[in-house]
Amino acid sequence: MGKAANYENELATELRLGLLGTDHHEPEKQSFPLSLVIKSNKRSSSEMDYNSSDKCEQDSAPPPKAQVVGWPPVRSYWRNALQQQKKTESDVSGMYVKVSMDGAPYLRKIDLRVYNNYPELLKALEAMFKCTIGVYSEREGYSGSDNAPTYEDKDGDWMLVGDVPWNMFVTSCRRLRIMKESEAKGLGCL
Amino acid sequence: MSSEDRSSEMSEDEERPPSSDPAAGVGGVKPPRSPSTVHGGDLPCSYISPNPDQVLENVLENVLCFLTSRRDRNAASLVCRSWYRAEALTRSDLFIGNCYAVSPGRVINRFKRVNSVAIKGKPRFADFSLLPADWGANFTPWVNSMAGAYRGLDKVYRGLEKVYLKRMSVADEDLAVLAHSFPNFKELVLVCCDGFGTNGLAIVASECRKIRVLDLIESELVEDEVDWISCFPQNGTCLESLIFDCVDSPINFEALERLVVKSPSLKKLRLNRQVTIVQLYRLIVRAPQLTHLGTGSFGPGEIVAQGEQEPDYVSAFAACKSLVCLSGFREINAHYLPAIVPVCANLTSLNLSYATISTEQLKSFIYHCHKLQTLWVLDSVCDEGLQAVAATCKDLHELRVFPIDPREDVEGPVSEVGLLAISEGCRKLQSILYFCQRMTNAAVVAMSKNCPDLVVFRLCIMGRHRPDHLTGEPMDEGFGAIVKNCKKLTRLAVSGLLTDKAFSYIGQYGKLVRTLSVAFAGDGDMSLKYLVEGCPNLQKLEIRDSPFGDLGLLAGLHHYYNMRFLWMSSCRVTRAGCSRIARQLPRLVVEVISSDDDGEGRDIGDYDDIEGRDVGDLVGTLYMYRSLDGPRADAPRFVNIL
Repeated sequence: MGKAANYENELATELRLGLLGTDHHEPEKQSFPLSLVIKSNKRSSSEMDYNSSDKCEQDSAPPPKAQVVGWPPVRSYWRNALQQQKKTESDVSGMYVKVSMDGAPYLRKIDLRVYNNYPELLKALEAMFKCTIGVYSEREGYSGSDNAPTYEDKDGDWMLVGDVPWNMFVTSCRRLRIMKESEAKGLGCL
Repeated sequence: MSSEDRSSEMSEDEERPPSSDPAAGVGGVKPPRSPSTVHGGDLPCSYISPNPDQVLENVLENVLCFLTSRRDRNAASLVCRSWYRAEALTRSDLFIGNCYAVSPGRVINRFKRVNSVAIKGKPRFADFSLLPADWGANFTPWVNSMAGAYRGLDKVYRGLEKVYLKRMSVADEDLAVLAHSFPNFKELVLVCCDGFGTNGLAIVASECRKIRVLDLIESELVEDEVDWISCFPQNGTCLESLIFDCVDSPINFEALERLVVKSPSLKKLRLNRQVTIVQLYRLIVRAPQLTHLGTGSFGPGEIVAQGEQEPDYVSAFAACKSLVCLSGFREINAHYLPAIVPVCANLTSLNLSYATISTEQLKSFIYHCHKLQTLWVLDSVCDEGLQAVAATCKDLHELRVFPIDPREDVEGPVSEVGLLAISEGCRKLQSILYFCQRMTNAAVVAMSKNCPDLVVFRLCIMGRHRPDHLTGEPMDEGFGAIVKNCKKLTRLAVSGLLTDKAFSYIGQYGKLVRTLSVAFAGDGDMSLKYLVEGCPNLQKLEIRDSPFGDLGLLAGLHHYYNMRFLWMSSCRVTRAGCSRIARQLPRLVVEVISSDDDGEGRDIGDYDDIEGRDVGDLVGTLYMYRSLDGPRADAPRFVNIL
């Protein structure tokens, strides 16, 4: 029967994605990424559109499957408040990383915990180094300027800033480097 | 008048106890009800000549003043026309369970001397984003009518003192009208409301000179960052309760401190998360008379004073000898938990639902909480934490366990172990809301036997269609035991894997059940049929994502006028089925929201007729309720009223 198949589909997909619930004000079934301290290796959608108020041009990562609106039935007000708390909790200890910019005489250090998302971080970097960083898109990397922000992760690899969810970035970033666009091209492709 | 004729039919239904509609009592044309008061020679009331009638009414008015319960009043108003009139004149507390069941105009025409008004708006599932924004439930027509009456000859609601709203959309302008129109206004309680902001609060604070209670509970404010705290009168207030823990924006702390000092009657104070523990300290040393305290963040905030002596939090709390209710802990730093130990022994209510604390942290103070009757907690305390609660809180009446990680397929920290422990330790339990990832029938059955006083049982197994995790069986037997053994049960929420059997149990034994919440459950139409045929007291039925269709829906025709509402979303009812209900029950408002609609106001009509779509189309959401005044005029485009 159709309905059994539907439920099975939902069951089958529900294990793949752990992100449920939706923004209180949005009638569409959109996922609401949760940042949690649990040892989950689930793939989260890109955090560039975490703040609906920020202007972000690129599409997020593939939309989450079989989102169930309003389940489990916890009030979005409460859910938001708890999430906010988790963010604040992680602010308690600083997370300083070195930031270098190609061509600059000395490095800087910033506390990643101070920022809530990528747009805030990039704005701060732009102000700190008096440069422009441009606009992120998943396919093109950073376009519109000479500079691209990159970072060294826990594995020692150099990654383009913005590809992974914000919280994953904060915990895995060891140092930042603002590269010239020409050098960064190699990082930006698939 | 035709309206009276219509409503006299409805008043028959209102005989049943859980009547919440003030219009329920309309029955002016009915003959006297209770045979014992009608002597053979007495005239039927409609024909009594003026003078005795007047005396009777005067006597009645004096007597009816003592009737406070709205059910009693509804019954009294049905006796005869003069009782109806007298009751209408003496009812001072209005309760409107569904803002669309009756129009403001009708209410004002009937009840002339109203002191307090309580209105409920959106259905509960709106809390979980199942109803698009702008659906309705606006306070504006209500406040304007009540204020307009003020400008009329009678100034009927001039004495309005209290307003209680739940799930209503309230605009700042509405608050302004409230403040301007009712000089005796004393209490404003807004629960789960939205649409207003700190602007509106500023108006209330500055203009309602007699305000005693300003309670904002779980409401979503427009963040316009007005300094409303400063708007209270500088020389003193008669505030008894100030609850603003849901207000997200920062407040002017110095102004708040002055306010607390100048409000000697203040008993209830619930701060928002912007208030740090240092600031909390400054407040409670100035207000040790508090009985209810919401602690705000209970953390140090961003600015940690270096090298300064930390205030003596323990002594400050110890000085609050009257404290019985504690909440807040919005950004708790567990380091400060010992501060609450001095008050634990007196606490009857403790809300830790925002506090991510561990088992050990809970144990550090829960053992002192012997008098606790209400406990809200996060499942971060684990089964072991619940065992500690069960060991200590023998007087527990209400428990709510919320999920720190509200997703479906994660390891949950609480399970049937915690539920069982609670059932064994807290025998007086009356109300429980329990979120978990796994459960067993055995634990639920045990609770049904250990806690016979249960009135509210809400179990949310977060994984959809999860069976008993030990036996693999559906959860039918567990819920069946609850309805069978808990003879006082009036509210039930079910979850997990459930077949028609569970619903047959509910229909068979759940005779007192008034509110039922169903999600992702049941096999087919029989489930719904069992419910509507078996539960005579069913008032509020909310169902989502369950395979119930027209057959089940139509089985309840005899009962829908008795209910406050029926909600069915993502089920299998069709437009045709809903239309049939609408035709057969003309005084029911049948609202349908198409499943294809994204709430942006597409014209529903286009789908059905012009594009030749099958009229047997499944509806996305069905929300139907009885109403004395027909379909509402303010329905948004995405709502189709059949």
